[in-house]
Amino acid sequence: MIARIEQDHGRFRQMVRGRIKKELRKYITHGEMIGRKGKDLVSIPIPQINIPHFVYGAKKVGGVGQGDGESGTPIGVGDEPGNMGAGDAPGEHLVEVDVTLEELAEILGEELELPRIKPKGKQNIIDEKKKYIGIRQAGPESLRHFKRTYKEALKRQVSSGIYNYEDPLVIPIREDKRYRSWQVSQSRQSSAVIFYMMDVSGSMSDEQKEIVRIESFWIDTWLRAHYRGLISRYLIHDAVAREVDQKMFYTTRESGGTMISSVYKLCHQIIDQEYNPSDWNVYGFHFSDGDNWGEDDDQCIELLSTQLLRKCNLFCYGQVESIYGGGHFFSSLEHALADADNLAMSRITSRDGIYDSIKAFLRKGK
Amino acid sequence: MVTVSRAVKKFPTELKLIKYEVEEYAREYGLDFFDCIFEVVDWRQMNEIASYGGFPTRYPHWTFGMDYERMSKGYAYGLQKIYELVINNDPCYAYLLESNNLVDQKIVMAHVYSHCDFFKNNMWFGHTNRKMIDEMANHGSRLRRHVERHGAEKVEVFLDCCLSIDDLIDWHAPFIKRREEVPDSTFDPQDEDRTVKKLRSKEYMDSFINPPEFIEEQRRKLEEEEQKDRQFPRNPEKDLLLFLIEHAPLDNWQRDILSIIREESYYFAPQGQTKIMNEGWATYWHSTIMTQKLARDADIVDYADHHSGTLGTSPGRLNPYKLGVELLLDIEDRWNKGRFGKEYEDCEDRAARRNWNTHAGIGREKIFEVRKIYNDVTFIDTFLTPEFCEDHKLFTYKYNERTGRYEIADRDFKKIKEKLLFSLTNFGRPFIYITDGNYRNRGELYLTHRHEGIDLKRDYAIDTLKNLHKVWQRPVHLETVENNRMVLLTCDGEEHSVKQLGGVHR
Repeated sequence: MIARIEQDHGRFRQMVRGRIKKELRKYITHGEMIGRKGKDLVSIPIPQINIPHFVYGAKKVGGVGQGDGESGTPIGVGDEPGNMGAGDAPGEHLVEVDVTLEELAEILGEELELPRIKPKGKQNIIDEKKKYIGIRQAGPESLRHFKRTYKEALKRQVSSGIYNYEDPLVIPIREDKRYRSWQVSQSRQSSAVIFYMMDVSGSMSDEQKEIVRIESFWIDTWLRAHYRGLISRYLIHDAVAREVDQKMFYTTRESGGTMISSVYKLCHQIIDQEYNPSDWNVYGFHFSDGDNWGEDDDQCIELLSTQLLRKCNLFCYGQVESIYGGGHFFSSLEHALADADNLAMSRITSRDGIYDSIKAFLRKGK
Repeated sequence: MVTVSRAVKKFPTELKLIKYEVEEYAREYGLDFFDCIFEVVDWRQMNEIASYGGFPTRYPHWTFGMDYERMSKGYAYGLQKIYELVINNDPCYAYLLESNNLVDQKIVMAHVYSHCDFFKNNMWFGHTNRKMIDEMANHGSRLRRHVERHGAEKVEVFLDCCLSIDDLIDWHAPFIKRREEVPDSTFDPQDEDRTVKKLRSKEYMDSFINPPEFIEEQRRKLEEEEQKDRQFPRNPEKDLLLFLIEHAPLDNWQRDILSIIREESYYFAPQGQTKIMNEGWATYWHSTIMTQKLARDADIVDYADHHSGTLGTSPGRLNPYKLGVELLLDIEDRWNKGRFGKEYEDCEDRAARRNWNTHAGIGREKIFEVRKIYNDVTFIDTFLTPEFCEDHKLFTYKYNERTGRYEIADRDFKKIKEKLLFSLTNFGRPFIYITDGNYRNRGELYLTHRHEGIDLKRDYAIDTLKNLHKVWQRPVHLETVENNRMVLLTCDGEEHSVKQLGGVHR
């Protein structure tokens, strides 16, 4: 029987989800969730869900306490953080709720109307492995454990005193019988790798990088909900490309020119070496401000159409533009690869653009 | 019937033995309680029961789920733990946490018996339903029936509104009859010819015996009286829930929900009214019973650890267990030494006061009397002394806008007592009265906040008004004071407005 509280608790969680969904655009643009992420949980500040009453503001009331201290000794920090204006502004009381990453991905999916990803090819096959791991008292005769059964019988006979040392005859009865038991483990073969590629040339500002960071977080959350053991690889490039770890990825700042083809080459190389596209779901996300070295565009398009697009489930290009506008790379791609169905492109002009960009990237359901 | 939904665990024999022992000692000390039925539960069940305010059969609502989440998180992170939970009912139900060690269980059982004694004997609990477990189950099934008939969402929305105003009842109503029940017909022929009656006099004396000013005043009073008769309610009322049940345009199921909420509010009221005393009383007795009778040598360290945990204080929070038990001990000590009455009160020699002892020896008797007739407000008002405040380092604190912190404000006795009483009177909630149920002759509801120096939290007030509007279904107004100016908060459906009333407060 389901405990009553589970129903009420379920209803509360449902309301929490509703609130998060309502505020999702805000969370996405402000990047509030990153940094609040634990191993499986994200702690999210949401407007307080509570029943309002006629009350006094706590700050104005004060109270009585107990202990040492002179007049003026601080005893605790005021409540209602971020609401210093005496609590007159509505709806600013925040509470923190914990949501699992899976739940968050689900909310994201519902709100952005994202289709669930269909992993490709044989990755759908679930591999079942049987392994004998222990012993139990019931089972088919074919799995009877001979040695253990006779040991049990011997134990029983010795302890009940019917064992005859002269005539060591051991006869198992029903209760002595032991059988091998097994466990089925399912190993899902669908594995996935994401390549995050970012232009770190001098023209990318910190704000633009922050946008990349926020967007990557959400893409990561979404894809992780579909693939267990998702692998992320981080590549940065200016005129040359190299692989870095996650921290470096978001913090590095280089100067110099931009050769997008360099990172495409590197990505392609890694895929060829380590991730056979028939076994792996490969995702590529590339962020740049679009200022590419003039003649390099053609090479990039060449690489994409002959290599990357064939090997990736989905390749996304996000052009993070500054107030001065973006480069020409977006239009070059658009022009040359308009009919590639696993290429998604979007322009992100500000944080507000992240929401639509995520939608553009992930709505293909690949 | 309480345990229907859960696997019933057998009450272990070792606990049963403790129970009998505690019960015997408690009786010897003169405690007088209902039968106690103990049940051992794990922490999940404990949190569940606690979320439902002690009643596992209570009506369903998401706020209980919210409390459950908070408590479970608190327990998981080791921030809080509920050792025991006891319900005011006859027989008294008490839940013990399975993971308590035996010493904990001893303390907790002694604690439970004292609470039970308090429930039974304190007069403020006199009016509560002692079969509340059944009543709550009743409420639960009534509500579930409404949900089945009218849909979960509809009922939830209405329930949210009711819970928003569940504290707007007249806490003292069980003890005072404020007005007659609304009669079916209020017509009284005598009302028809109400005129000013003159005293009989000779004609030449008439202007002296019945001076025109007097007649005029009488006439005016009569008019006012008539005016008042037309007013609705006749006098400002505090029990908003009752007023809504009687006058709001509601369906029967809605009226039923309102009355459920109201009944439960009145049932829980005395527990809020006597928090300090009740916990103090239970702490007093668990420590007395443990240290004098129950604890074995081997129990002492565990007992001391548990007990000091119960009485721990932190600067910003007044621990009701601590304050309650210390005040009771102080009262016992004072009445043992005869430190009361005019002679003692009038004595101004500090040293003499400190050493005062007439060997009166009536301390125990006195605290039994205190547990019978006092509530927290009268308890603090009567027994808090300057010496006590000094000895226990009490202080008032206030919020410092500049530093964003709460700071110690004062150690003055008068101010401490004032603050403490303020936070206890009406549960530290603002006084709200219904002054007009037919405002502007348009069936609008007019509430008045009796301002006592502290403004309402406006956003909460407006949200509450919005909820109230859903019940009253006509515009609702709240007259209050903000920054020394009278204002009128109005809610008309989704819209709300704030209007300056022009009057200056004080």
